[in-house]
Amino acid sequence: MKSCSVRAHWFLALGLVLVVLSGVSCKRQVSTQGFMAEDAAQKVYVAPGKYDEFYAFLSGGFSGQVAVYGLPSGRLLRVVPVFAVNPENGYGFSEETKPLLMTSHGFIPWDDYHHPELSQTNGVPDGRWLFGNSNNTPRIARTDLTTFQTVEILEIPNSGGNHASPFVTPDTRYVVSATRFSVPVPQRDVPIPSYKENFKGTLNFVSVDPDSGRMSLAFQILVPGFDYDLAHCGKGPSYGWCFFTSYNTEQAHTLLEIRASQNDKDFIAAVNWRRAEECLKEGKGQKWPAEYYHNIYDDERHLAVSEVLREVTVLEAGACPGAIYYLPTPKSPHGVDVDPTGEYIVGGGKLATVIPVHSFSKMQKAIAEKKFAGEVQGIPVLAYEATVAGEVEKPCLGPLHTEFDGQGFAYTSCFVSSEVVKWQLGTWQVVDRVPTYYSIGHLMIPGGDSQKPWGKYLLAMNKITKDRYLPTGPELAQSAQLYDISGKKMKLLSDFPTVGEPHYAQALPADLLKNKVAKIYPLEKNHHPEAVKSEKEARVERRGNEVHVYLTAIRSHFTPDNIEGVQVGDTVFFHVTNLEQDWDIPHGFAVFGSENAELLVMPGETKTLKWVPKKVGVYPFYCTDFCSALHQEMQGYVRVSEAGANVPISYGTGK
Amino acid sequence: MSRTTFGPRACFVLAGVLPLVNFFVPLWGIRLYAPQYPEGISMYIWTHRITGQLDLVNGLNHYIGMKPIDPAGIPELRWMPLAVVALSAWALMIALVPTRALALLWVVVYSLLGLLGLVDFYLWEYDYGHNLDPTAPIKIPGMSYQPPLIGSKELLNFTAVSFPHVGGVALMLAGALGICGLCVLWRSREAKPL
Repeated sequence: MKSCSVRAHWFLALGLVLVVLSGVSCKRQVSTQGFMAEDAAQKVYVAPGKYDEFYAFLSGGFSGQVAVYGLPSGRLLRVVPVFAVNPENGYGFSEETKPLLMTSHGFIPWDDYHHPELSQTNGVPDGRWLFGNSNNTPRIARTDLTTFQTVEILEIPNSGGNHASPFVTPDTRYVVSATRFSVPVPQRDVPIPSYKENFKGTLNFVSVDPDSGRMSLAFQILVPGFDYDLAHCGKGPSYGWCFFTSYNTEQAHTLLEIRASQNDKDFIAAVNWRRAEECLKEGKGQKWPAEYYHNIYDDERHLAVSEVLREVTVLEAGACPGAIYYLPTPKSPHGVDVDPTGEYIVGGGKLATVIPVHSFSKMQKAIAEKKFAGEVQGIPVLAYEATVAGEVEKPCLGPLHTEFDGQGFAYTSCFVSSEVVKWQLGTWQVVDRVPTYYSIGHLMIPGGDSQKPWGKYLLAMNKITKDRYLPTGPELAQSAQLYDISGKKMKLLSDFPTVGEPHYAQALPADLLKNKVAKIYPLEKNHHPEAVKSEKEARVERRGNEVHVYLTAIRSHFTPDNIEGVQVGDTVFFHVTNLEQDWDIPHGFAVFGSENAELLVMPGETKTLKWVPKKVGVYPFYCTDFCSALHQEMQGYVRVSEAGANVPISYGTGK
Repeated sequence: MSRTTFGPRACFVLAGVLPLVNFFVPLWGIRLYAPQYPEGISMYIWTHRITGQLDLVNGLNHYIGMKPIDPAGIPELRWMPLAVVALSAWALMIALVPTRALALLWVVVYSLLGLLGLVDFYLWEYDYGHNLDPTAPIKIPGMSYQPPLIGSKELLNFTAVSFPHVGGVALMLAGALGICGLCVLWRSREAKPL
């Protein structure tokens, strides 16, 4: 028995041929969920030096970051900071990246990142950019997938929480967003109980430049003051439409737990954005004053710049008939997911007993035949029976979010009953179900919300993991679980702990991305205003109370490495240029007593650390990223004299 | 053109044209492999320049005290293209006027220059590999870092591989064609003396 379990361990670790040869006798004991653990181990085993099949991007939820994993192994490849400062590489600490986190409320070092979304071309993820939303202080970020660096953050004005975001149209013409919390628009001092009169929601259409990826807030649609939760845009026949779920159509403002759960049906807002574009052309939009930040990082200047925008185009829903219809949807829906054909719109009514599926063609017919059940603030409400294609009966408890395998099946996550339910589009029959551990939120199939899913794996993102991993105090890991969905039955392959809360994810085949990844920043293209391209240009300059150190880093020394003439009361800027042009050779930079983070400077890049020495002394600085055999020797000193001392600025290396 | 001189003329036309490819492709290639450089580091020697990841090579060489390779400080890169052009022009002249003496002299000079080039390359490598900075961080008694002229050699954690590139092969081929041309010319003249 003991040798068997030891062997089983081996199989899990190596999971290869040996299993077949000698594992027969203990197969029973290592099987889980009716699926042989060694078979599962083989399916997720990626041998040393081999690549994973998929890149998966999992949001970190409250970590404000996005983590890049390889699938099927579940190996963590990188954590990309987006809405949270990251001391590991100085994101949000270096002078160059600080502007990325600027908002109209000032510099914000944290936000919760919920939904990663890959850019698409022809309805398929294309591996150019990854968009992400910040919920707390509404923003949309764009991460460049050649550098895995966040290069743009756009603030969304007139929004109270950017949750239903950022979902793209199949051509990435728009990234959409909607407010989770309705607020007074524009913000003002009003009594909270005046919610119904004064609070509004906004649905936002952010356009994306097809070449540069640059975002701009094209227009906002002012809608009733509900809570807007998630979105997805139409494709194929439903191209030109985007769908937003709402809850709290009761418009409660206190104890929503109960008061926002009273209506049997809430709404999916179906927005015809082409119609909205027409209305804007006809001049039905209004220019409203607003203050919001647009921050762009330039790969050649290695520098982010903030621009403050002061105006936004607002379209009131009632002013543009035909732009919005409400689809009644039971009950407090979370997900709204459009199947690969673009015909079915699946609601995820988290308190509903069925999964309702609307039909786009039926919806068109209902609009044409004016099958309305009412109207809310000028927005027609379509009759439920007129738009619904079918309901999945008794699917599970707490259906949240659905993705598709491209083979005619849908997979819905069920939070309350902790399971994934597989059902068939058209027949609305449940065909399979598997447990998750535990409390699944979103799930993800690579390309599973696009027109062409790579329907081989399903990733469940779970909120609770007690008894699944070694305990780590009151706070336990959150997890992702990988299922094989290539067969008729879903099979659990593995689970792995994640960074933060894996709120949602996107994935695409590694082949689409791995050859496009940048290896260095070419020095000749480094146009950072404070860059020094050779050791000869390295220098120290005093400008009043500021001392600018133009520092170069190369294996295994800094130039200059001895600096004198700095005084207490000075502000020192270390502009560090990494002269290396070799892949995977970043240099770090840290200085003793700094109240800032370190810098991690990529080959060919320039970054700036601000340092305000407070006490007289000689301060070491050093390289933090193990770069070479003489990494530990890569260091230097700054002499700090008292204010007004007569020590002149001097510097050098090897003198 | 007489039938008997067609062969030698063709040989010398090719022997005149082939070396010119050196202005478009390198003469020699050196690649360095190490555990942390599985993809290798390349350096290409042309008649008139050195290309490849020179900065990287220099950056790594400083650990062992090798002088930085500075193409501006290598006089061969200035005279080699001139020699190639001169020999090419000469070969084309022979193709035009195929005389035995000129052809013989070309073959002798070409071979000598070729040999000289290899000897020079070897000495250059010797100098770089042996003439080390006494303050280098890594010093191993008895160790030198001369890369191989042809073939591969282990140098600390690196495997250095050195082979002629397309240009070098073209030069050898041109020499061989010159010798062929000379032989045919020689025999045809013997059979039918002037």
